Amino acid sequence: MRYQIGPAFRVTLLMTVLTGLIYPGIVTGLCQLIFPRRANGSFLELNGKIVGSALIGQNFSKRIYFHPRPSAAGNDGYDARASNASNYGPTNQKLIDRVKADIEKFRNENPAYHGPIPADLVTTSASGLDPDLSPASALAQAPRVAEARRATLDQVKQLISVHTRGRQLGFLGEPRVNVLALNLELDRQFPVR
Amino acid sequence: MTSIGVLNVVVYFVVILLVTKPLGVFMTKLFAGERTFLHPLLRPLEKLTYRLCRIRETSEQRWTQYTASLIAFSLMSFLFAYLIQRLQGFLPLNPMHFGTAKAPAGATAMTPDLAFNTAVSFVTNTNWQNYGGETTLSYFVQMTALTVQNFVSAAAGVAVSIALIRGFARKQANNIGNFWVDLVRATLYIFLPLSLLGALFLCSQGAIQNFRKYATVTTMEGATQTIAQGPVASQEAIKMVGTNGGGFFNTNSAHPFENPTPLSNFVQIFMIFAIPAGLTYTFGMMVADKRQGWALFAAMSVLFLAGVLVCYPAEQAGNPLLAKLGLETRATNLQSGGNMEGKEVRFGIPTSALFAVITTDASCGAVNSMHDSYTPIGGLVPLFNIQLGEVVFGGVGAGIKGMLLFAILAVFIAGLMVGRTPEYIGKKIEQKEVKMAMLALILMAANILVFTGVSSVAKFAQNGYWNSPGPATANVNNNGPHGFSEILYAYTSTNGNNGSAFAGLNGNTPWYNLSLGLATLIGRFLFIIPMLAVAGSLAAKKKLPVTSGTLPTHGALFVGLLIGTVIIVGALTYFPALSLGPIVEHFLMRQGKLFSMAFFSIWS
Amino acid sequence: MATFAAPPVLDETTLLPKKLAHSRPLFDPPIVRRAVRESLVKLNPATLAKNPVMFVVEVGAALTTIFLVRDIFIHASGTGFYLQIALWLWFTVLFANFAEAMAEARGKAQADTLRKTKTDSMARRIAPGGAIEVVPASKLRAQDVVICQVGDIIPGDGEVIEGIATVDESVITGESAPVIRESGGDRSAVTGGTKVLSDQIKIRITSNPGETFLDRMIALVEGAERQKTPNEIALNILIAGLTLIFLLAVVTLQPFSGYAVSSAGSGEIPSVAVLVSLLVCLIPTTIGGLLSAIGIAGMDRVIQHNVLAMSGKAVEAAGDVNTLLLDKTGTITLGNRQAVEFAPVDGVSGPELADAAQLASLADETPEGRSIVVLAKQAYNLRGREVADHEAHFIPFSAYTRMSGVDLNGRRLRKGATDVIVQFVIEKGGVIPPNFTEMSDRISRTGGTPLAVADGGRLLGIVHLKDIVKGGMHERLEHLRAMGIRSVMITGDNPLTAAAIANEAGVDDFLAQATPKDKMEYIKKEQAQGRLVAMTGDGTNDAPALAQADVGVAMNTGTMAAKEAGNMVDLDSNPTKLIEIVAIGKQLLITRGALTTFSIANDVAKYFAIIPAMFMATYPALNALNIMRLHSPQSAVLAAVIFNALIIIALVPLALRGVKYKPESAARMLRRNLLIYGIGGIIAPFPGIWLIDRLLGMLHLA
Repeated sequence: MRYQIGPAFRVTLLMTVLTGLIYPGIVTGLCQLIFPRRANGSFLELNGKIVGSALIGQNFSKRIYFHPRPSAAGNDGYDARASNASNYGPTNQKLIDRVKADIEKFRNENPAYHGPIPADLVTTSASGLDPDLSPASALAQAPRVAEARRATLDQVKQLISVHTRGRQLGFLGEPRVNVLALNLELDRQFPVR
Repeated sequence: MTSIGVLNVVVYFVVILLVTKPLGVFMTKLFAGERTFLHPLLRPLEKLTYRLCRIRETSEQRWTQYTASLIAFSLMSFLFAYLIQRLQGFLPLNPMHFGTAKAPAGATAMTPDLAFNTAVSFVTNTNWQNYGGETTLSYFVQMTALTVQNFVSAAAGVAVSIALIRGFARKQANNIGNFWVDLVRATLYIFLPLSLLGALFLCSQGAIQNFRKYATVTTMEGATQTIAQGPVASQEAIKMVGTNGGGFFNTNSAHPFENPTPLSNFVQIFMIFAIPAGLTYTFGMMVADKRQGWALFAAMSVLFLAGVLVCYPAEQAGNPLLAKLGLETRATNLQSGGNMEGKEVRFGIPTSALFAVITTDASCGAVNSMHDSYTPIGGLVPLFNIQLGEVVFGGVGAGIKGMLLFAILAVFIAGLMVGRTPEYIGKKIEQKEVKMAMLALILMAANILVFTGVSSVAKFAQNGYWNSPGPATANVNNNGPHGFSEILYAYTSTNGNNGSAFAGLNGNTPWYNLSLGLATLIGRFLFIIPMLAVAGSLAAKKKLPVTSGTLPTHGALFVGLLIGTVIIVGALTYFPALSLGPIVEHFLMRQGKLFSMAFFSIWS
Repeated sequence: MATFAAPPVLDETTLLPKKLAHSRPLFDPPIVRRAVRESLVKLNPATLAKNPVMFVVEVGAALTTIFLVRDIFIHASGTGFYLQIALWLWFTVLFANFAEAMAEARGKAQADTLRKTKTDSMARRIAPGGAIEVVPASKLRAQDVVICQVGDIIPGDGEVIEGIATVDESVITGESAPVIRESGGDRSAVTGGTKVLSDQIKIRITSNPGETFLDRMIALVEGAERQKTPNEIALNILIAGLTLIFLLAVVTLQPFSGYAVSSAGSGEIPSVAVLVSLLVCLIPTTIGGLLSAIGIAGMDRVIQHNVLAMSGKAVEAAGDVNTLLLDKTGTITLGNRQAVEFAPVDGVSGPELADAAQLASLADETPEGRSIVVLAKQAYNLRGREVADHEAHFIPFSAYTRMSGVDLNGRRLRKGATDVIVQFVIEKGGVIPPNFTEMSDRISRTGGTPLAVADGGRLLGIVHLKDIVKGGMHERLEHLRAMGIRSVMITGDNPLTAAAIANEAGVDDFLAQATPKDKMEYIKKEQAQGRLVAMTGDGTNDAPALAQADVGVAMNTGTMAAKEAGNMVDLDSNPTKLIEIVAIGKQLLITRGALTTFSIANDVAKYFAIIPAMFMATYPALNALNIMRLHSPQSAVLAAVIFNALIIIALVPLALRGVKYKPESAARMLRRNLLIYGIGGIIAPFPGIWLIDRLLGMLHLA
């Protein structure tokens, strides 16, 4: 065993330098060179001001915006310093209570919508930072947003459809709407006066 | 299940099938010391490594020396990882000042017990995390402690597997290879190139890679949002390809900066299975009978697809209690339906379920959705997968070891039924092999069951040192059977060196940090050492010729037998525990039973 | 060459002789009585500790009983149920003990019979001075020399050093026909306890008291010297390991249910009796209870075959054999060659040759000689004639001349190996006909032996002697091949002859003109390739090869050296039995594997019976797992325990007789056995437990 300590120390040290410093250094260099925007967080701007990352969900609660899924990140949700999920099990009373309350709130805010509640709309995401909504969840909010924006329902629906990204390569994942991008576009096309 | 969902599974499986042979051939050549296409590029670096570390490339080790090297290396790695974490306040690349007085509010302190747990966890390729990366660790720690261990713990796993395979392949040999050489080769030729490519690809999809301090932005509604940054892509790539699973961020591969798109997700799950699948082919090639490798591949494939076929429909069916509230559970063109609590919209049901099955088939433990919020049956699959020993492709190296253990048992039990002393790959399975296989199996069962049992009843003083919430059951996030599942999952995951969690359990207390760390160590070394002993014993044996009296271990019959052994041994060991966790929860959920109030222990 | 007893009649489907199938009845009343007694004695924990599985059951039964006594004492409820549990747990242990005792009792009964013959006879020892002194046989040491006469019991194992005698060895072999024992050569060994029927022999004793063949045989059949075989030890480790795993699963169920009870707020932690019941149902009691019985019964089967295996390890190794070395003569072919054709040279008629050959063979009492007389009669209707001694002078075969014949009326008729006859003819001034060599070669090529016949200087022709391959040999070797066993024929014949017979018999390989050294080298070569080799032998020069072979079966008629070297002795001295020994070895391993598989597969159903019952009060929802619809928690637990106990008794006959064995490829065998014992083992308990549950309900027992 004693004879193993020497090589163990040297290999650990060398690997620390190679895979812990040189490797991430090279990756950083290449990424900053090839994908600078993405490597730094895919930030979106409005009027020259960064308003958030296209990949990170942020809270919207005003009627004029599409609302994202509920978030369990940080104490108040959408805390991008502390991603987190609810980790509620399926038989947890708190889960049922929360969903019930959220459904009630949604029904109150969107009286024009009568359909079933899309599965993602009142459930928290895994990261607490889900930037997307399902098209159905966006469409369910369309009448409210159109009304608040004084746009026609069709205009809003059109906007949702433009911002709906289909499955990648035609089969991967789910169709989705980026909430921040959609709301940015809303502000551009139907500014609230 | 939707047809698109099924297509996802099929395409994934076909891609794995396609890379199995080329990767297997590559690894066979690499570990036999033959030249590969990467040699012109990497051979000088390899030679330099040997020179700097004073390793004699050509000398081989007996199994005892091989084991001693592994342990010495793990010990040294632990010391490095522990010290780097504890000293992070004094080290560079720490823009958020973790470990100092200037750390942001809400940051997690890197206490000795947490540092122990984390170091053990990464050194053993477990990557159980009782902390959130973005609230605890500096970039320097993430890179030099965690990324490094992601590489070398995976490489050590591959080395041990190769050594075990050599046991089957060699005839009347004393040695099973050189640990240092195997370790260096695995790191340089397999993990570095794949990680480099993977990191660049992930970045192209939106994974971040920088050393900036956290960005603070004003949101559209005027709130302030601080967005964590860091060298994510480089760690993310090795985390997947090394089946480590330790996320840069708290929510792992669910975090959009770690796993931004469905395509990046596909590449991540591809990275989990690629090397383990290739190792089955390596096994076949090294023992000079490729059918043997494909037989293992087939058994693993069946178990994998079976897992998907249970988990995916369960998640798609969703939670009936939520459906009763008016939630859509059927998939439509515009929404995924199913159980979306703890899942990301971009992944939906099928790729989340697929990821959950894959990450626990392998000892990866990365997650793109929260297993804790799965339906009981959907969550049972990952839990049971780990309890089976993560033998379905398994972690880099870990899977084939586990599957070979079960092959030894299957051959021993059923092999007697052909009227011969059982043999596998021309090696007689005798006392020593059976003893070591049983030893590993017993220790794994004891590790999971005893720790879970203790934590189900252990009492601690509230606000005391050991477990400030009070009794060990007070750390659960869900009451009723689900809380028990959380504890069971924790020790199952650490024993299996998986690292995924029913993450509602608050594990960052000295009791859980230490007991989970201990479970991790037992799960790693008390499994590997018996298997290396088996390797040593097998290598020394003669290779028996194959006759029609030999139990064929390459046909459908053996594949079925192997699957049966894996499932029956696993089910018999864990059925009582599972029946008090996910199984009963399933029936209770269907009856509409909910759990809320904190219960008080009758043991008090 | 040794003389061979007639082979037992074979059942073609099992390769096992028929007599085995109907040997002793399985449940012979005296044996059962003895076994029942023994199974109570075996409850002694010190004895039982050797069997970890049954020991755990006993501890569980004791625990349950202690809690039962406490409950009765404090007048707790439910004692009727606990009493039944305790009783059935004790029965489980007793049943397992009974299985082992049954197997042992059968051996002991046999040993008693043997011991009766071992009366202490008196021996006439020749003192160093030459005087004869009478001493008890038990005082004889190795190297003593004794004299035995008609009617004497041979006082100990030894070698005949002077004289020849017929000996009755029925005590050992069960064969009543007397055998000849003479000094020198391969028939010199005598066994203590056998009886001299004629003549007088001088014997050098080779074993000390208590170490004689008979002593060893008694010890073997009694199982006193029984040591666990390597496979058995490995299997023991496996089932002990499984027991430990289940112990963990059940013990930890206590804190788990502690959590469950407090979180559900109802029910209670399962009682010790119920936890013990679950444990006993899960641990592999079936194989644990029957394992030693299987081993003892396997040895017993070997003994019933009139083979003495010096260790269980040898029997197990027989199952693993890859290569069988079979002596040609007596094993593959009938012991003797027979005349099948008269081939006269040009210018000689068939009847003329036949007539000369017949005359030359008249006094030849060897089977070959007689077959020539018979063939001449059949082919040319030549009757055997009485030839008076004064007319004829018979020349017997001698190793020196290597020919035999008759001088009759001035004719000098000779028959013998071709080269000696050719020399004889040339000496008498004759010539060798041109086609003679060609004829002789033709016969050799087809595996025959050419026997030349000459009348003085006139070479008449050749008698074609042929080795007759035993009937059914081809099929049996085919079976062996299906089992993955290579058969190799060993013969002293020339390669040409050997190849022809090898071809006819269907062996995979042959070793021609084999010397003991060749045999040894062949064995070593096979072993170097990882093969296990079995062989038979009887001569002293076979001893090294017998020792080298993994399974060496010495013939009882052979020398003591051969018997010492091999690890089995065939009392019938029938070399074909090697094939049966292989079958017994395989059957032993198969029985173990089958019952292990069955035992483990059984557990699935027991979970479905006990787990819902255990938590009925805590989680009534778990009743969904009660797929057998057992009517109450108590009856469910009891039914599982009773099934578990009864299955041991039900499988005793299988353990003692062994699983049915059919020679076929490993793949087919595995498929069949997996279906019966694996899948069958999963399914069988469901109806079984259900039925017991109904019965318990009807009898109001639970």
